[in-house]
Amino acid sequence: MKRAVVCFFAGFVLVLPLGVMGGFLGGHGQLWAQTSAQQPWQQIPIHPLPAFHPQQPKRIALPNGMVLFLQEDHELPLIDGTARIRGGERSVAADKTGLTDVYGEVWRTGGTKSQTGDQLDDFLEQRAAKVETNGGSDSTTVSWSCLKEDFDDVFRVFEDLLKNPEFRSDKIAIAQKGLYDGISRRNDDPSQIASREAAKLVYGAQSPYARVPEYRTVAAITRQDLVEWHGRYVHPNNIILGVVGDFDSTKMEARLREAFAAWPKGPAASDPEIKPEPAKPDYYQVEKTDVNQSNILMVGVGITRRNPDYFALSVFNEAFGGGFSSRLFGDIRTTKGLAYAVGGGVGAGWDHPGMLRLMVSTKSKTTVESIQAIGEEIAELAKRPIDEEEIKRAKDSILNSFVFRFDSPEKVLQEKMAYEFYGYPLDFLETFQKKIETVTREDVARVAAKYLHRDQMAVLVVGNVAEFDQPLSTLGTVHKIDIRIPAPPPGLMAEPAEHP
Amino acid sequence: MKFRVGSPSSITVCFAFCFALCSLAPAQDLASFEKRITVKKLTNGLTVIICERPEAPVFSFFTHVDAGSVQDPMGKTGLAHMFEHMAFKGTDTIGTRDYAGEKVALAKVEEAYAAYIAERDKPVDRDEARLKQLEQSWKDAIAAADRFSAPYNNEFGKIVESEGGEGMNAETNLDETVYFYSFPINRLELWAYLESERFLHPVLRQFYKERNVVIEERRMRTDSNPIGRLLEQFTEEAFAAHPYHRPTIGWISDLNSFSATDAENFFAKYYVPSNMVVSVVGDLRAAEAMPVVEKYFSRIPTRTRPDTATTSEPPQNSERTVVLHEQSQPLYLEGYHRPDYRSPDDQIYDAIADLMSNGRTSRLYRALVRDQQIASDSAGFTGLPGNKYPHLFAFYAFPIPGHKPLEMAGAIHAEIDRLKNEDISDAELKMIKTRAKANLIRSLGSNEGLASSLALYQSRYDDWRELFRSVERIDKVTKADIRRVANQTFTPDNRTVGIIEFAGGPPGPGAGPQGGGQ
Repeated sequence: MKRAVVCFFAGFVLVLPLGVMGGFLGGHGQLWAQTSAQQPWQQIPIHPLPAFHPQQPKRIALPNGMVLFLQEDHELPLIDGTARIRGGERSVAADKTGLTDVYGEVWRTGGTKSQTGDQLDDFLEQRAAKVETNGGSDSTTVSWSCLKEDFDDVFRVFEDLLKNPEFRSDKIAIAQKGLYDGISRRNDDPSQIASREAAKLVYGAQSPYARVPEYRTVAAITRQDLVEWHGRYVHPNNIILGVVGDFDSTKMEARLREAFAAWPKGPAASDPEIKPEPAKPDYYQVEKTDVNQSNILMVGVGITRRNPDYFALSVFNEAFGGGFSSRLFGDIRTTKGLAYAVGGGVGAGWDHPGMLRLMVSTKSKTTVESIQAIGEEIAELAKRPIDEEEIKRAKDSILNSFVFRFDSPEKVLQEKMAYEFYGYPLDFLETFQKKIETVTREDVARVAAKYLHRDQMAVLVVGNVAEFDQPLSTLGTVHKIDIRIPAPPPGLMAEPAEHP
Repeated sequence: MKFRVGSPSSITVCFAFCFALCSLAPAQDLASFEKRITVKKLTNGLTVIICERPEAPVFSFFTHVDAGSVQDPMGKTGLAHMFEHMAFKGTDTIGTRDYAGEKVALAKVEEAYAAYIAERDKPVDRDEARLKQLEQSWKDAIAAADRFSAPYNNEFGKIVESEGGEGMNAETNLDETVYFYSFPINRLELWAYLESERFLHPVLRQFYKERNVVIEERRMRTDSNPIGRLLEQFTEEAFAAHPYHRPTIGWISDLNSFSATDAENFFAKYYVPSNMVVSVVGDLRAAEAMPVVEKYFSRIPTRTRPDTATTSEPPQNSERTVVLHEQSQPLYLEGYHRPDYRSPDDQIYDAIADLMSNGRTSRLYRALVRDQQIASDSAGFTGLPGNKYPHLFAFYAFPIPGHKPLEMAGAIHAEIDRLKNEDISDAELKMIKTRAKANLIRSLGSNEGLASSLALYQSRYDDWRELFRSVERIDKVTKADIRRVANQTFTPDNRTVGIIEFAGGPPGPGAGPQGGGQ
């Protein structure tokens, strides 16, 4: 018996969706301080958390520029590792959009010079291990997971893939077909349409942060492209490797030095300069006739985590559109019953602006009403700024749950690797906690006024237009978005088979 | 929709290592857990499991209630899930400024609602003017009741969040309802108070607004999602008699009819201590924690365990099919009835699912995705739509552009025929057994995962050790078992098919794929 949930069929399990942000020391919130009589739960003592100094990974910089993080964790007899390599989809030419998707799959399925991908599958599955590759927006990864006894066998595969991939053509064809399938299905789910089109409104339709693969761009990807990509980016000076598990750091360091110290440096990866080109703050409509609920997204350009306002905005986001305690949840969902899914805030990216994104899903006939309701929440911020109680609650929530950011060695490793990758101070998390503590009511009011402007936000609605309570045009200028999928180049697809 | 091969959580161990569980390292074997786990059945019948895992100063819990939407009364589908939402609405002290007054006001809401529904549902002679008046009285009563709670909306959630609660949520499925979150360890007593209070003095305030929230959830998951629509029709078709034909979210007419009183009755009947298991895993010592848990949870009064008899699904004797003509891309799904999780063959089904579906060496991936290149993803899995009662073993495939659902059927049946007619290889059988043990090990590495599994196994078998023993049983599966179970189960008459056919885009410009190869 298993508590098996296949992601597609997860519809049988219903959960409350909550965007709860991740807080630490003892002490109750002062929420109820105004009531003279203490409530029963306030009489329960909360002692300070015992001192907890999570184990930090060992950082090693090899002379060739490769950075290693070693994090011992002896609870289970497993060793996992991930190499993150600079360079990702945002550096791909527009006419080859989807290249890192194909690369990220075929890097592994296409095998190495000495072994096909199928042979690797058998070799690894016999050892019940995994080695996987992936493409992303700013980086690609190769990772492994194995039982510690199999480390030598599995690490050899990992090293071989890193240095000698073959990108066999038969696997490129399979990866392309998988992408064609994804393209053909991309308008089936309204929330997927909404996320995709909203990114275009924030970054620009052609922005590397918004554009999506088309039949044409995927068909244009060749083996040579994959080989060249690998040659351009996969050099030790572009790689951060993190290893966590049941090993001895001294021995692991020796093994990794043996594998990588002599690997010559290559050209450094450079990241493209990409400026958001937000659409006009109008209304954008995608018509979908087979739904009875509108997916509404109100969007704009967010910030990066380097922005000093990041800390005040984190508190603001928690209070305005975070979890159960937020204004949007309390007003739009609990009080008005307009939506199941509602929330959002000013997003923060690591090295480029995130999205300001407020979302609500509501029945077709309360579409305009819900847009107005969110508008009122924004307007209300000026009239009734986030108050001391709300701020206290938001800060308590962040600070009291702070321990969950580093409650396993693997989480600590992942945080450090992210800071290393994006060039943040390695004590960013510790600093974060102190900065959150100092956020004031004035800070929150200032950032709310600075970043949330209703009249600068583009509003996207994916829904059944004929059933709306009022046309969107009653609110402002409406642009219809045509999401029809450009046809594939002739001859690309199989004719529908007659069989059976 | 991309085929995802083995997330890190499905990583497995080498078979040399795990021929026998006794060869596992100390942190993962049953003997080690025997030392770290304490089970206590409280005098009211509620079972508490505490597992010591001193990795970080935090803990996770699961409250597992052995009642799900299978227990929804006739005409009130969705009620189990609706109560789950209401369990976040507070108590007679949490979320009110004056419970005595609120109680009276909430009773008036129920009276007004009953009068409104009685008029609304009159088969003849409905008085429309009176109906409007009754609806207004009901809404006025709601507004009056809301005045007692309004400043404290979502107070329960606010307390948990501001005290550092992480991942607070709940799930309802056909078989059971679970509630969970994690806290810093210094909040153990606070948690014990909050979680027991929630099931000791729940107040179902703001019920009818929350019902609208749930209806939006239905629109999102089912009405506006082609796969959601297919699954609802498919399970409804596959189960003629057993309540597994019901959607957990509920039929819309039921959602628009049931009352807070109905939900309260459901709670009173099924949320009895002997029907509940509470698991707590983290940086705690049972000797100190158990008295705290017991102090608070033993306050819940003993009640009789409800009768949970259900109609048994009769044998299926003809193939059934549902075809949805949609604006979306095609999908093929088929399911075969199989016995419940207590069947001696349970692990054989698990073995078949693993063989057919797990990773790039799986039979369905190799046949449909790699070799024939007709699908982007295909797998077989068990537990549809639940597993406490006899349920379905299902297969699905997503045809790539240019290919049709019925081609998927042909390719899947060819693989099923291989299962029936040929022994699987030695290497495959070893892989299955290896992975089963490895999956177990992986599941032991987090407080949440452990709390979830321990509560589930304790509830289902009255013994958490079955979590380990089920892996021992998979180790005994033979090639002949797999052939026998495949021949027994995967027969045309025992099959229900669900298909999404692409029926073209909507009229006029707008949504809908122009290409897509269909």
